[in-house]
Amino acid sequence: MLKINNLHASVEDKAILKGINLEVKAGEVHAIMGPNGSGKSTLSSVIAGKEEYEVTDGEIFFDEENIEELSAEERAHKGIFLSFQYPVEIPGVSVTNFIKTAINETRKAKGLPDMPANEMLKLIREKSELLEIDRKFLSRSLNQGFSGGEKKRNEIFQMAMLEPKLAILDETDSGLDIDALRIVASGVNKLKSKDNAVVLITHYQRLLDYIVPDFVHVLYNGRIVKSGGKELAHELEEKGYDWIKEEVNA
Amino acid sequence: MNLKEKLVSSFMAFENKIDVDAPVHEIRNEAIKIFETKGFPSKKDEAWKYTSLNSILKENYSVFPKQENALEFSEVRSYMLHEMDTYKIIFIDGKYSSHLSQTTHDGFDICLMSSALNNPKYRLVIENYFNKIAEKDGLTSLNTAFATEGAYIHIKKNKLVNKPIQILHFSTGSEEAVMLQPRNLIVVDENSHVQIIERHQSLTDNPVLTNSVTEIFANKRAIVDYYKLQNDNKNATLIDNTFVNQKQESHCFVHTFSFGGKLVRNNLHFYQNGERIDSTLNGITIIGDKQHVDHNTLVHHIEPNCESHQDYKGIFADNSTGVFNGRVVVNKEAQKTNAFQSNNNILLSDKATINSKPQLEIFADDVKCSHGCTIGQLDESAMFYLRSRGIPEKEAKALLMYAFSNNVLDSVKIPEIKTRITKIIAEKLGVNLGFDL
Repeated sequence: MLKINNLHASVEDKAILKGINLEVKAGEVHAIMGPNGSGKSTLSSVIAGKEEYEVTDGEIFFDEENIEELSAEERAHKGIFLSFQYPVEIPGVSVTNFIKTAINETRKAKGLPDMPANEMLKLIREKSELLEIDRKFLSRSLNQGFSGGEKKRNEIFQMAMLEPKLAILDETDSGLDIDALRIVASGVNKLKSKDNAVVLITHYQRLLDYIVPDFVHVLYNGRIVKSGGKELAHELEEKGYDWIKEEVNA
Repeated sequence: MNLKEKLVSSFMAFENKIDVDAPVHEIRNEAIKIFETKGFPSKKDEAWKYTSLNSILKENYSVFPKQENALEFSEVRSYMLHEMDTYKIIFIDGKYSSHLSQTTHDGFDICLMSSALNNPKYRLVIENYFNKIAEKDGLTSLNTAFATEGAYIHIKKNKLVNKPIQILHFSTGSEEAVMLQPRNLIVVDENSHVQIIERHQSLTDNPVLTNSVTEIFANKRAIVDYYKLQNDNKNATLIDNTFVNQKQESHCFVHTFSFGGKLVRNNLHFYQNGERIDSTLNGITIIGDKQHVDHNTLVHHIEPNCESHQDYKGIFADNSTGVFNGRVVVNKEAQKTNAFQSNNNILLSDKATINSKPQLEIFADDVKCSHGCTIGQLDESAMFYLRSRGIPEKEAKALLMYAFSNNVLDSVKIPEIKTRITKIIAEKLGVNLGFDL
């Protein structure tokens, strides 16, 4: 589904990604871990198509198509979803209206008519129950005055509504208390299928107790320096990142 | 002969048509002298540093409309708030249209300036209020000298006006170029409440220069809620001079929505003559092309324990220019004043300009006054957020601009106006989002 070859990317002439190789197949869950400043968020932004990042070398294939020239919205239309670490506040636009716009713009791009209102309502009801989201929450302005937990739950709600093929969750666990973490994780687990894939970007192992990855990769200094199974996450939790840094620098 | 000379020499001809024995004639005589001395403002005047009328004053305006024109409701319906029941005072090329209007004398007077100026029944109100708060600058004096028509609204004590009042000025463009001098007087007595909507609309691309003067008197505990909707054609120029005099415990809100016209200058000046007064001045400006909108505001805090709130948002595209000059004066006696001012702007192109100038003159020592001004572009990370959800660039921009001006829109108290404004905003931004913004 996603294939990244020797990806180099920089922002304002500063090289951040220095040769990433990664392959994610349908049905898989990958975790990307690493110390602060290793390039985790940059990698997720580059995959989602943030314009400020310049790809200087390498390729990103999504469903065997090179997506380098595609805009962020075109990538979204193809089924790439990024859950933000810091979702943006949009006063005056309700959660419901925002998600309606996102869904109908995606349908428009595929040549489909707007989703009928009753179908949309049904979908919203179904998905908000999945994430234990209160009705009143849906009529509030998008992310405005939301707590950290509400913002993240809202991100996963949007993911549930958009049903992406590839979901990249950037630090979704940060700022979540244990109850919110459980709800968010169970939402992600219920959405998982053999046809889609999840990439978890995280600093800590605790999210991985709830969403169990098939593969764990360690990103350090713009490169994936170690890959393994879920046990690698436990090792990192116990020993920290220093031993990895030492291994790399040796 | 330039426009100033033409106007001054027209005054004599004008005198032949009006009642020179009327009490206002002395005021007119004095006003034309002031205009003769001061003339039109130029860039040398500090208050007009960023706005030039030069090219606009070069047109050969007809000063008195040559003929009377009629319009059918269907021709102007779209410019009116027709979704709701309202009083209407409608003018076509400066002349009252009884056919389109809906006035009343039942409990309050919602009628015409011409009848108020000529009918002895209104003499006392005219003597007490006409030209009492209007400033004595060139443009306002020019209006005072020539003005014969406009809205006259007098809400007597303890009245809640049951529906909003629309004041609409249409110009038909039947003449090459026309200059209009509408004059409105609004007096709201003790404990009364009124909502007013004002709009100037040209129906063709022929040049129109409107030099409008409105005096608003909000007496003790009165509430005045006023909306100015400016979305005129590309050759229409509006100079709106609005003066508000507030008495104790009155609340006055003026919203100015500037979306169109060639050049718009809003002189909006508030005088707080009493304690515990609240004044609110809000605005949204969204323009493009070579349009120019200038907001010149003044809030003069004269007595203690009053508040004022100014919130102006501006979005400027293409080669458009904006000016915000917000002046707040707090007299020595006006202790415990709370005065807030904010002016936020987004420039969508490298060639768009905004000149923002807060001007605080505070002579009291126990006050809370703040001002803030921002000029920026659309937030790139917010754009990325929206686009990553599949919302295309243009629609994403529109959503962010809407969000930017949302708090001003939220303070609109008439839902039909809010709906109308959001529709105009969506139209300006060229988007259809599938829901009412």
